[in-house]
Amino acid sequence: MTLLPHIIPLFVVIPLGAAFLLSLLGKKVRALPDIFGFMTTFSLFVLSLFAVCFVNLSGTYVYSVGSWKPPVGISMVLDGLSAFMLVTVNIVAFLIAVYSTSYMNQYTSKWKFYTLFFLMLAGMNGVIITGDLFNLFVFLEIASVASYALVAFGTEKHELEAAFKYAVMSTVGSLFILFGIVLLYSCTSTLNMADMSRCLEGTCNSNITLMVSVLFIMGFGLKAALVPFHAWLPDAHPSAPAPISAMLSGVLIKSLGVYALCRIFFNVIGLTSMISEIFLFIGVLSMVIGVFLAIGQWDLKRLLAYHSISQIGYVILGIGLGTPLGIFGGLFHLFNHSIFKSLLFLNSGAVEYAAGTRNLQQMGGLGKRMPVTGGTSLVASMSIAGIPPFNGFWSKLVIIMAAVEAGRYGYAFWAVLASLLTLASFMKVMKYAFMGSLHERWKEIKEVPFFMKVSMITLAFICIVGGILCFSAYKDMFLQQATNILLAGKKYAIIAFQEMK
Amino acid sequence: MSKEHDKGMSLIVKTITRLTVGLILLYGIYIVLHGHVSPGGGFAGGVIITLSFIHLMLAFGKGVAFKRMSKNMMSLFESFGALFFLGIAVLGFSGGYFFLNVISKGEPFRLFSAGIIPLCNIAICMKVGAGIFAIFVALVLLDLDTDKKE
Repeated sequence: MTLLPHIIPLFVVIPLGAAFLLSLLGKKVRALPDIFGFMTTFSLFVLSLFAVCFVNLSGTYVYSVGSWKPPVGISMVLDGLSAFMLVTVNIVAFLIAVYSTSYMNQYTSKWKFYTLFFLMLAGMNGVIITGDLFNLFVFLEIASVASYALVAFGTEKHELEAAFKYAVMSTVGSLFILFGIVLLYSCTSTLNMADMSRCLEGTCNSNITLMVSVLFIMGFGLKAALVPFHAWLPDAHPSAPAPISAMLSGVLIKSLGVYALCRIFFNVIGLTSMISEIFLFIGVLSMVIGVFLAIGQWDLKRLLAYHSISQIGYVILGIGLGTPLGIFGGLFHLFNHSIFKSLLFLNSGAVEYAAGTRNLQQMGGLGKRMPVTGGTSLVASMSIAGIPPFNGFWSKLVIIMAAVEAGRYGYAFWAVLASLLTLASFMKVMKYAFMGSLHERWKEIKEVPFFMKVSMITLAFICIVGGILCFSAYKDMFLQQATNILLAGKKYAIIAFQEMK
Repeated sequence: MSKEHDKGMSLIVKTITRLTVGLILLYGIYIVLHGHVSPGGGFAGGVIITLSFIHLMLAFGKGVAFKRMSKNMMSLFESFGALFFLGIAVLGFSGGYFFLNVISKGEPFRLFSAGIIPLCNIAICMKVGAGIFAIFVALVLLDLDTDKKE
């Protein structure tokens, strides 16, 4: 029990250590990147499960780095929301690492890929675990910079262009965030999030809070690819190698964007009705515009990228409602989306690996030659479209019920409409890619290697059984803990400071 | 004159460089080692040390600078610097906390004091210095490559 709190810094230490060891030794030992990739992500996954148990047993824990007590030193906070996000990130990272062992053989210098992958993972885990606002910014930059390099990993012309665009836009987002942090710091004289929340109660000028809110919505909204700030995503996500697309769409936009938005607006600044209205509006806008842009695409990965924008809209809509049911639905959809969207991107990677194309018009009947890819893709498509009993159905149902319960019938209508359009768009994917008669060109193609199949099947399995997370026994352990932290709002400061004493 | 003198800038620049480059390097090392007692530290010192190498490269051409600091050595230094820093942080676990200053802190304002902080400065110096030199080299080599194609 006394050793258990020490797992908290390990979420950052393990991937960072693995990244630099790999860059030191990876060139010399050929098998090392794969072994490291598997071991590191697996240990992080197991640790994240421990973190959930820990939160269930003893509640929120504040770890003081270097034994400097907050608000002087940097603190790491493990609470329900962090534990929930850690599981989401690390489960996806583990399965993607398994997939990459085979998929990344197409590229040279695998060790560079894994080095960047671990740096990105360290950044994401750091953002989730930290309790210090500037520390959050530092980890956010680590994850972002690693992801710029990963988007450009293929070093073709369009990949470099996409990476450059992503780098420029994302840096502008980071600047907004930094400016927001500067203003908050000048106003509260502290960077510890719990302490900041306490200071904002009293003396601070409300105009500064307003300005900071606007800056954070722009900055983190850009990281989360919400609609007015989404332009980088449809270029960046398809250009990356498939495992990285899955990582970016599956967890990066959530941990850097949605998680940070939630943490700051619920626990530090406090959710006002105006911010809530903005969240609802931006959420619905992303949801509808994303799906309309997606439906006309013929590039499979680009289509999936637009759907990421649309699904993030659902998450923000749920969380923005601010009711217990809405937050629960939003977080549940966040988890589900990270599972099925990663699976869809891995499927698109498998098609590209076997057939060498991403154009839907050139595919056809691939399901016959690639039964595992076709089958798992069908599961993921039905999940994202919200067909029972897959996990996407439950979370969308909860979000729509929450919207109706809160009396937001208009928003509920748009959510249903976007869900129907999602279904239409994925019927198109299934018809053109996997169903129908086999194209003459694809007579000879083979199913993908073993490890890729294993990871896709595992993700598909989670899609099928994911629905149980909204039933009481599992809900209380996992999702309800996260929801409670957001519902506690500004009481977060009291919880955190109580824990310290 | 040896072959070394064919490339790079004029004789005046080279002579001045030969005089100053050692001083710049020493100054950088001074800044790093006194990081915990005076302004400066690993980041600033690392940049100054790198500047001495960049200075060499500008005056004598890339061959001379690479002879003293090859690309492999650069990546070695960079990874090792990061691992060293992480190692210091993990060492804190032996005292019960991540990043705990476990080494005896000594008398304030002495060179050998402040526990792990000078070690952290050295690690940061390696990481930052190698990183900035790598960025500079990448820009130079890229430029040379495009020249060849045209």
